[in-house]
Amino acid sequence: MNGATYSSFLEIAAGLVILCAFVTLWRRSLRAIVRTLAVQGMALGVVALVLGVRRHDVVLIVVGCLVVVAKGFAIPTLVRRVLANEPRSRETSPLVNVPSSLVGAGALTFLAYGATRPVVALVSTSAGRLIPLGLATMLIGFFSMVVRRKAVSQIVGLLLVDNGIALVAFLATAGVPLLVELGASLDVLLVIVVLRVLAVQLWSKFAVLDLDQLQELHD
Amino acid sequence: MLALVLLLVPAVTGCVAAATPWRRWVGWLCTASLGFVLVTGVVLATLVVHRPALSALSGVLRVDALSAFMVIVIGAIGLLAVCQSVRYLEREVTSGRSSARRATLYAVLVQGFITAMLLAVVAGNVGVMWVAVEATTIITTFLVGFRRTRGALEASWKYVIICSVGIALAFLGTVLVYLAALHAGDGTRVSLEWTSLMRVSHHLDPGVMRLALALLVLGYGTKVGLAPMHSWLPDAHSQAPAPVSALMSGVLLTVAFYVLLRFKAIADGALGVGFSRMLFVTAGLLSLAVAASLLLSQRDYKRMLAYHSVEHMGLIALGAAAGTPLAIAAVLLHVLGHGLAKAVLFLASGEILHVEGTTEIDQVKSLLARRPALGGIFAFGLVALLGLPPFSLFISEFNMLRAEVHVGLGWVAALSLVLMAVIFGSVMSHGRHMLFGARPDGEPAHKSPTIVTVPLIGALVGCGAIGVLAWPLDTLLRAAAMVVVK
Repeated sequence: MNGATYSSFLEIAAGLVILCAFVTLWRRSLRAIVRTLAVQGMALGVVALVLGVRRHDVVLIVVGCLVVVAKGFAIPTLVRRVLANEPRSRETSPLVNVPSSLVGAGALTFLAYGATRPVVALVSTSAGRLIPLGLATMLIGFFSMVVRRKAVSQIVGLLLVDNGIALVAFLATAGVPLLVELGASLDVLLVIVVLRVLAVQLWSKFAVLDLDQLQELHD
Repeated sequence: MLALVLLLVPAVTGCVAAATPWRRWVGWLCTASLGFVLVTGVVLATLVVHRPALSALSGVLRVDALSAFMVIVIGAIGLLAVCQSVRYLEREVTSGRSSARRATLYAVLVQGFITAMLLAVVAGNVGVMWVAVEATTIITTFLVGFRRTRGALEASWKYVIICSVGIALAFLGTVLVYLAALHAGDGTRVSLEWTSLMRVSHHLDPGVMRLALALLVLGYGTKVGLAPMHSWLPDAHSQAPAPVSALMSGVLLTVAFYVLLRFKAIADGALGVGFSRMLFVTAGLLSLAVAASLLLSQRDYKRMLAYHSVEHMGLIALGAAAGTPLAIAAVLLHVLGHGLAKAVLFLASGEILHVEGTTEIDQVKSLLARRPALGGIFAFGLVALLGLPPFSLFISEFNMLRAEVHVGLGWVAALSLVLMAVIFGSVMSHGRHMLFGARPDGEPAHKSPTIVTVPLIGALVGCGAIGVLAWPLDTLLRAAAMVVVK
């Protein structure tokens, strides 16, 4: 893979990650959002694969394949199972409407470029220039956790945060050591399983779908 | 080697508990495993207090004086909470509120929880520390929601969402520290081992380290319960079964703080103490302010105890901000003292909830007259937690304030004293309401079972003893403080 193809592959994959983050804010159908998340997971895996091929790093290639399987297939399937409980699977009343959310996400992207300046200066490779996209994805994830009211939307937000951080980790350091990487991925998978169990219990015992209904505990 | 055995014992006990149906002896076996942890902690402390750190599995596990001290904290408070769990589970099973299968699940999860916390404090690698802290979140979620009421499920949902986000930020912080270490450029191989990061700490890029430390304080601070990321804490602590609240409040918060102390040492090497001091002072004062304002009008005694934890985490953050050896030694003493007192209070409050059937402060009256033993334990627990002598929290708070004044943070010490006075006043008035008053006519004074009173009184005596006697903890505290202060 020569230098130019490598950078353009990397740019396309990383661009796809952040594009998917914007799409999750734009779509209202929860099924479409989960599909977008699967595409994002695959794009993230491709980033790792491209980096691995470029650096002839077998471990990174294996990690890339694992990411494609876990974030492209396994996790979206789990989230889809939570959706099966919800009869009306639409995000009907987010706190902020769609156009304003997209403007907000744009502002967060600028913020990400500002905040990562010291990091980009330190790395100074073609991969390093894309680091702000990872941070922007993470911030958009936070944003969607705050403004969306469905339990599934919060899970999606958490996954956006996680994918954003994983993108930063791949681009900045070509992956943290394997042990930690595996621990981190396993943790995300387990958190999703835990959230799924809780969502099912909340729905089956108390018919709770929206987080506005979680108002038992306060001061 | 000993560190590995330390992790294996609770893990294997958990497996045994999983394989056998719930019986009382399983509960006592779990208690014995915590006894082993405590003893091992003491042995480890004597091994490393004046000697270099022990390591195992080629550096993945590493025990220095600070780790050994934290093992003792986990062992002591874990022993207390696990032995009270036996009674809690028997009551739940006989009353039909939960099945024997759920009791087994509880026992297994608690052993897993202890194992994860032990791994966090004996890990030599900051990545493994992160994995262990994240594992505690996953394991405790089901313990928080153990009662499966609507409130309990709501609390566990908030807990897992907020803490997962927090821990994700901490992961990003860890990645950035690793990035800075990769570019530190002294030629040696870089890993995520804490000692190797400490070795290159002076060459780490300051811009990246500033971002990293801010993310780490936000991220691990969520687990510590520092404001403004504390909002999961009162819900989770008030909804969890009492022994679980005792474990979470007494040790889990401070295990996360321990990880922060390790990162603070690395960042101070790169940035000097100024930046971390600013972050810790902000988080600490904010936590004290939040606790003070929400304690004033608190109506639920379990939530009162939870906000009191936010206050104490704020206090240790301020102590860490001062950062002198004296301050860090006081922080660690506070970690142990607060853990013991808070565990006693949560366990006593579980007992009060059982006999009174309510968590409202207004509904509980004249405990001292009606239930002298239980009321007495609760009263002395509050006295300990409010930092009155002879309990160790008095000494540690005093030393932390002294250290703050010494490094020129006098205004911080003054402000925190004002907020502590507000908290003191409101907790005293809530406590007075619950404790004092005459016994209604015709109601006999109730006795409390010795299985409850003896361990709790023992813990309070311990908390008093470490306040009065400097020996033998003093040497260990100094050695532990020197690990993270250069």
